[in-house]
Amino acid sequence: MTDASLYPPLPLAGEGRGEGGSHVSAGLAPSASLTLGPLSRKRARETKLSRRHLLLASGAVLIAAPALARDKGQPASSAQHWGLLIDTGKCSEGCTTCVEACKAEMGLKGHDRPLTDAQYVRKIDVKDPATGNTHSLPVMCQHCDKPACVDVCPTGASMKRADGIVLVDRHICIGCRYCMMACPYKARSFAHEEQTGQQPYLPRGKGTVEGCTLCVHRIDAGQVPVCVEACATRAKGAMLFGDLNDPNSEIARRVATEATTRIRADLGLLPSVRYQRI
Amino acid sequence: MVKTTYSEIRAYTPGWLALAGGLGVVIVAALAAVWHMEHEGHWVTGMTNQVVWGLPHVFAVFLIVAASGALNIASIGSVFGREPYRPLGRLSGLVAMALLAGGLAVLVLDLGRPDRLAVAMTHFNFKSIFAWNVILYSGFFAVVAVYLWTMMDWRLKRFYRPAALGAFLWRLVLTTGTGSIFGFLVAREAYGAAVMAPLFIAMSFADGLAVFILVLLFAAKSTGRPLGEQMLTRLVRLLGLFVAANLYFVALHHVTQLYFAGRGGVESFVLAQGGVYTTLFWVAQIGLGGILPLVIAFAGCGHAARRRATMASALVVVGGLAQVYVLIVGGQAWPLDLFPGMEVASSFADGRVHTYVPTLAETVLGLGGVAIAGFIVLLGVTALRFLPAGLADTVEAAEDRH
Amino acid sequence: MLARLLVLLLMFGITAAALAADLPAPPKAKAGTTCVAAAEVMRRDHPDMLKHQRDDTLRLGIRGGTASLRDCVACHATRAADGTPVPVNAPGQFCQSCHAYAAVTPDCFDCHATTPAPVKEAAR
Repeated sequence: MTDASLYPPLPLAGEGRGEGGSHVSAGLAPSASLTLGPLSRKRARETKLSRRHLLLASGAVLIAAPALARDKGQPASSAQHWGLLIDTGKCSEGCTTCVEACKAEMGLKGHDRPLTDAQYVRKIDVKDPATGNTHSLPVMCQHCDKPACVDVCPTGASMKRADGIVLVDRHICIGCRYCMMACPYKARSFAHEEQTGQQPYLPRGKGTVEGCTLCVHRIDAGQVPVCVEACATRAKGAMLFGDLNDPNSEIARRVATEATTRIRADLGLLPSVRYQRI
Repeated sequence: MVKTTYSEIRAYTPGWLALAGGLGVVIVAALAAVWHMEHEGHWVTGMTNQVVWGLPHVFAVFLIVAASGALNIASIGSVFGREPYRPLGRLSGLVAMALLAGGLAVLVLDLGRPDRLAVAMTHFNFKSIFAWNVILYSGFFAVVAVYLWTMMDWRLKRFYRPAALGAFLWRLVLTTGTGSIFGFLVAREAYGAAVMAPLFIAMSFADGLAVFILVLLFAAKSTGRPLGEQMLTRLVRLLGLFVAANLYFVALHHVTQLYFAGRGGVESFVLAQGGVYTTLFWVAQIGLGGILPLVIAFAGCGHAARRRATMASALVVVGGLAQVYVLIVGGQAWPLDLFPGMEVASSFADGRVHTYVPTLAETVLGLGGVAIAGFIVLLGVTALRFLPAGLADTVEAAEDRH
Repeated sequence: MLARLLVLLLMFGITAAALAADLPAPPKAKAGTTCVAAAEVMRRDHPDMLKHQRDDTLRLGIRGGTASLRDCVACHATRAADGTPVPVNAPGQFCQSCHAYAAVTPDCFDCHATTPAPVKEAAR
């Protein structure tokens, strides 16, 4: 286990840091294979990392697409259930890479009004008052399997897609904010003012409720959520995205073999976002 | 049994015009406030992503709760067969409908997209208690309208009892639904308890009767119609009973909360360290709106029945508004607990007690709901025979007390 | 009498306004593109087409349908002299010119982007 060149070519979409954002679209399909670049081969030899660690460090697994883009005309299917696994041990306090990436992707410009500006993902610093232990983690919509927001929504605007992604159908959202009362994760924001400069793939407007979409537009195109990609390429690769229903996926393997937990698991909402070491 | 005669009030008298004009001004001001809030977006209000429901919801919930309570007078007369209350049945139904209309108007006008009211009426998620309430509230108008019709049209006399029973059951379900809006929230420590439903019913009994007494006193005084001492004494004692029931459920709720170790935080917030919420709870809700009306109702304070009725009812209304404010706003001011037992901090105000300061626009919108209710009552008693021509004490009524 | 006069005036006013209003002249779509349906069909049916597909896309996750508002904007947004895209709901632009003529105010653009994706975004 010393030489990375012993291993078969890896589906390496975006290797290491320093690469821009343009590498993903072409290389994300699992079939696309690249051999390791000279830099990582050298690094692997020097530090004698296991293959798994190498992959995690390079971010390749983290941003390799877990599925191909869905065919035109095909609906999302319950055969898949998208989820996130976030290793808090790799998430540094003060790092907001995922938050910034989300804001850029979603066109959340804000108005310098922290109490009313939308936040799809935020970093929470947690401290155990009994022991003084601290850690930091990103919290976004937890895409619950039994979402309270969907239960309480009077019009059915708050909805869960077949593949487990919880969304707001802003075509029929009346802006009552009952979902915001019901969500234990404070995952939703209300558009408190007129919005401009929306991204074509993320319509958002005054008077409706919004939240993390798990980058549904990217998932449908065979990409991973932008926070996951940003964390893998520009931070420590603390986030893993994948299909929890696919036993061969990295995320399914890890949640089956490693200890993971969900925020407020006691409430029984069965979030699709799992955390380690909190 | 003495036959009660009812008569319309005279329109376009100086007093009538002044009242209608005053209410109209408040309604227009409220519409202007709505235009401002909806045009600019909700950032101009005190409501935020932390405190998502504010003063408009306090007024709306108070009015809706009082609406179902105001119908009790009619129910006591017809469902429970208490003859002395019967002459008040018509006014009771009218006040109930008017209060509900006022409350719903505030609720709808505060929506992020009030223009999509039709969506709320055509898309139903039947797992949502909110969607059920849309049906319960709309149905309430129909049920009470039928009830009023059977009261006012002698040809429908045989439907009177079933209509009365139907309306009474409907209003119980309606208030259960309103309470469950909060009772069904697992996320919020301040609510999320089945006791919210009976608590709201007790609240509605007290608040609804208090509003009804105030309307009755004002109507009687301004139209010079006699209102007997005994009737008022009876109403005040009934109010005392309802206030006691409300206090009982409030106590039950908080004792349960205190017993659960995990909810100690939110309880010490509301009961001890919550600043404005603690003050409102102890001074306005419990003191002014609970203990004092009880003293006025049962211990007597040497004043005439009319004076006691006015004071007790006004105090109950103040206490009721405070109760809803502490419940809705206070409950949201306490942060969501994502990591029980941990200290948290974030850019999204996690782990901090949230502040909420209502703006003028929200306040005016809330008052607009009250004005809408008042205006509907005024139009009702002007157009149809809702008000008894007189409610002077009769021998029979006097005997009924014993 | 007065009422009748008012009605008459109103009718005259409406007719005059209708006659006076110029037909909209929306800008041409991007050169070398063809629309998903004939112009007569699009003129009449685009609201239904968009409304139908929005539910398919959002609620069922069906991608790649023909009646995409995003694609409308991509083809029909014009560019100013300096190359920046002009919002399709700006006065005189493709969507706005017809909607103004038909006196309708759909709220699509309360939420939806009114200009095509910046080139940088498209390459991501």
